[in-house]
Amino acid sequence: MNEIWVFAEQRDGKLESVALELLSKGRELAEKSGYALAAVLLSENGAPLAPELFAHGASKVYLLDAPQFAYYQNDWWSEAFVSLVRERGPEIVLVGATTVGRSLAPTAASILHCGLTADCTQLDFDPEAKLLLQTRPAFGGNIMATIVCADTRPQMATVRGNVFKKERVEGASGELVRVPVDLSASPCRMKRTGVTKEEGEDVNLAEAKTIVSGGRGIGAPENFSLVRDLASELGGAVGASRAVVDAGWISQLHQVGQTGKTVCPKLYVALGISGAIQHLAGMQSSDFIVAVNKDPSAPIFEVADVGIVGDVAEFVPELVRQLKARRGA
Amino acid sequence: MKIVVCIKQVPDSDKVTIDRTTNRLNRAGVPAVMNPFDENALELALKVKDANPGSTVTVVSMGPPPAAEVVKAAVAHGADGGVLVCGREFGGADTWATGYTIALAIKKLQEEGGPFDLVLFGKQATDGDTAQVGPGIANHLGIPCLTYAKSCDVLDDRTFKVVRQTEDGYEDWEIQRPCALTVVKEAGELRIGNLRSKMKAKSYQPPVWGVAELSPNPDFIGLKGSPTRVSKVFAPPVKTNKERLEGTPAEQATKLIAKLEERHLV
Repeated sequence: MNEIWVFAEQRDGKLESVALELLSKGRELAEKSGYALAAVLLSENGAPLAPELFAHGASKVYLLDAPQFAYYQNDWWSEAFVSLVRERGPEIVLVGATTVGRSLAPTAASILHCGLTADCTQLDFDPEAKLLLQTRPAFGGNIMATIVCADTRPQMATVRGNVFKKERVEGASGELVRVPVDLSASPCRMKRTGVTKEEGEDVNLAEAKTIVSGGRGIGAPENFSLVRDLASELGGAVGASRAVVDAGWISQLHQVGQTGKTVCPKLYVALGISGAIQHLAGMQSSDFIVAVNKDPSAPIFEVADVGIVGDVAEFVPELVRQLKARRGA
Repeated sequence: MKIVVCIKQVPDSDKVTIDRTTNRLNRAGVPAVMNPFDENALELALKVKDANPGSTVTVVSMGPPPAAEVVKAAVAHGADGGVLVCGREFGGADTWATGYTIALAIKKLQEEGGPFDLVLFGKQATDGDTAQVGPGIANHLGIPCLTYAKSCDVLDDRTFKVVRQTEDGYEDWEIQRPCALTVVKEAGELRIGNLRSKMKAKSYQPPVWGVAELSPNPDFIGLKGSPTRVSKVFAPPVKTNKERLEGTPAEQATKLIAKLEERHLV
């Protein structure tokens, strides 16, 4: 039976949310195509993660277990992944567009000589042509393009976190397939020697459900605490425009936009951001956008669901006060 | 040390505006520039060269004839030279075919001048945003690849020490030479070239390599060699129910909280 595969990315034994989101989308594609949905899990001792993959719709989990999969190493992971693709011949392979997925997918697609579409925001299946319809924004989100791969297999696509919703399937179970791994012929050409995490929880923009971002319009670097306050009150991550990153108000890891990160949270709050095309390209696919800016004609209001013309320094403390009062703090 | 940097000419997104009635880009008259992340990659190459005197930095670009400008610009910033891969047969290439073609050019450079130690790319190009070509070229060259690198130092004759950016921090890596790195903005802003580089760039004309020079497999280049096809292009849905919240800051805040509650966002 033809298969749809989802790369079940795990880090330190924890599944990435985007993998579960892709399984939920994969279920829908499986129904339309009649293909089976499988997850591919590379890990060291990762068998305990399989039930979570079944619970999100996988009817099969390919488990590749080896010490080489303790952390992402491009050579070993892509070699093992590609050899499984060659052996089993899936029709479709979906990969999360994380720093890991964006290494694995292009390496695998290059080896397999197959098509790969980056950062799809919609996936559909054409049952007549039997093709995966891969839609992605182009030119900074101002045009949408649907891409197909007619002649090569698998059809590969990457998708960012939060684009699709993850849904549990009650009482689901599936088949765990242990795949033997032999990397003895593959020398170690690179190894990780250290990991440094940046300042707490507020920086992982890719996975955040809520992002509060600050731009020049917040007035002064010390006002960035307003952005942090609101982010913490909303339980969200802190983002920033290129202008304030370049001015040194906050580290580049927080930058949203074309030369920073592309994000699509459920809620994006833009504080004092005018909305240069650079920035819009990185956030306009967010579900719900709130913009606060003094300038009523700022381009950010073109993409905002709710616009507030006003001074960030006056508005945000008031909003934080009311949010605190609301939860009885 | 021999370093190659792959660079792409892209429309200057600072200067691009959107036609709000058609939702299309106003591209007419928009200047072409070096992809911003390729500037960071070139800067990283120049830093490695600074630390290892006697190194050379060669740039490779693929594009239509005007893309020679981006190679000249790299020379003005301090690259030693470069080559433009150009030819109608390469037109319509997707990331697979582009990676294959540029890898041929790098192989030809190596045949002529000896093997490279380091192949650098910007982490992605701002026009396509795929981030796929760099890892693809690394595969075609048979060398290991790390993505999202922000620094690269020589550890010993066989190894580089690389710091790479992730979603929530940094990782230290040791990677054997030769290798490929895709480079993030934090590698540093591209330096202004010295007077000698700028003078050199004025008269510099990069060699242009086409099908005759690269002898590609005709099935692997251009549109024909591209597994992906664009089947449809359309404007994104326009937001229709945009709303402004009026009143004092306190009133605006109350209204906003109500909106967020409606959508279960607080």
